[in-house]
Amino acid sequence: MSSTPTREVARRVFAREFNDATYTFKESDDERAPVYVLLPTGQRANRVFVVGTLTETEDVGEDSEYWQGRIVDPNGDTFFTYAGQYQPDAASMLRELDAPEYVAVVGKPRTYETDDGDVNVSIRPESISPVNEATRDRWVVETAERTLERIQASTADDAVDEYVEMAHKQYDRSLDTYKRAVEDALASLEADEAEATAD
Amino acid sequence: MTETDLRTHAEDIHEQFSDQLDVTVSEIEERLTTLVDEYKVPLEEARRSVTNTYLDDAGMERDDLAGAGGNEQKEIRDIDAPEEWIDLTAKVVDLWDATSDAVAQVGLLGDETGTIKFTKWSKSDLPALEEGAVYSLTNVVTDEYQGRFSVKLNRTTTIEQLDEEIEVGDDAVEVEGALVDIQSGSGLIKRCPEEDCTRVLQNGRCSEHGEVEGEFDLRIKGVLDDGEDVHEVIFDQEATENLTGIGLEKAKEMAMDALDTSVVADEMRGKTLGRYYRVSGPTLGRYVLANEVELLSKPADPEAVLIQARSI
Repeated sequence: MSSTPTREVARRVFAREFNDATYTFKESDDERAPVYVLLPTGQRANRVFVVGTLTETEDVGEDSEYWQGRIVDPNGDTFFTYAGQYQPDAASMLRELDAPEYVAVVGKPRTYETDDGDVNVSIRPESISPVNEATRDRWVVETAERTLERIQASTADDAVDEYVEMAHKQYDRSLDTYKRAVEDALASLEADEAEATAD
Repeated sequence: MTETDLRTHAEDIHEQFSDQLDVTVSEIEERLTTLVDEYKVPLEEARRSVTNTYLDDAGMERDDLAGAGGNEQKEIRDIDAPEEWIDLTAKVVDLWDATSDAVAQVGLLGDETGTIKFTKWSKSDLPALEEGAVYSLTNVVTDEYQGRFSVKLNRTTTIEQLDEEIEVGDDAVEVEGALVDIQSGSGLIKRCPEEDCTRVLQNGRCSEHGEVEGEFDLRIKGVLDDGEDVHEVIFDQEATENLTGIGLEKAKEMAMDALDTSVVADEMRGKTLGRYYRVSGPTLGRYVLANEVELLSKPADPEAVLIQARSI
């Protein structure tokens, strides 16, 4: 009996952590098996959902159009997204949108090793759509919650999760920086609110 | 295991033997308690064991018991495993056309807790079920296909029509998350006009009736994702209009102007993708049918999350 492959969940992650997720792996040898990036807080991600401010779009293609979009989260960290001929809807969205604008992006994490050996992490978009500030704020709070859950699961004494262990092994980093990203992002929402009330 | 549960099971068993044996509910409960609490026997096994003891005492066979075989009387919502022999009291909500000669009847059964597909095999030689009637069905077996459960009526099934009414429940669920995808087959679609066939046409063809003059309809097959789980949701014409503000007439106009139906789904994607929704409605297989849709705009309380973050 064949079973429908289950759709991959779109993980919520701030750009600071996403850009550190340089380690990729597959769960099987099958050529078509999904590729995951390993989030430093100890979860695998084959899809992400991010909402932020589109600050710049640029056609960086040489022969054909290849659009780069920079999407900034409340901490000022940037998600990079690239869409070419195989992502026609997302590419035309990047062509048409005028920065700055709040956008929601659903997409696949991709890694790319530069000539000097750095690994860049970007999003290959499945969809990009303009949204309003309320949706952005909702995403920030949701992403804060999800990130905290991962940090807590990762630092729990009885942690035996395989991705938590994998993250401990692959990344030699403290999770404090991601906890700080959570706090700063939430604080920025509060500041916005205070400002709005003051007006 | 709570005491009241055991008491209920003891009362059930007592009822089955009250004519034959001089035994009290408390005695039965005590036997059950010993098995469950001291010997850690699963409740079902404990019940079986205690029932067997009394069968011996009464010189009865298992088949003599009311509700033959001692199957569990299940509610439809609780059916969660294949190949279980159960009893149901259910109403025939819908009868469908059997697609194979091996199948005598196929359709939907419902009770207060939900609905489930049933299949009755031709070779089982059972009486016909009537739509709208309520039956007591003993000895049906559960089945699963792609995560969706059904029941099969078989040679050993007994069917008894009951003179009662059942208010069929819609087993509604509530899901929320960001709308991360609108799948193909969404937007302005055409359905087969043949009676009782509402299949969606692919390139003007119905998989059952071939090339037909289709009838326009609106729907969205979407995916809500909360970062932990994904839920596939179907919005029918009304729900699609509520969600997107695009009604059937407007959609037809848009398609006519563009000479292309796909502009409708594209427009719908632009209006809805990336937003957060709460949807409630009944489930159909792996889909939630959107009866009610709410756009979620206000975020959860950032301050509470911030306090939590600082406490780690």
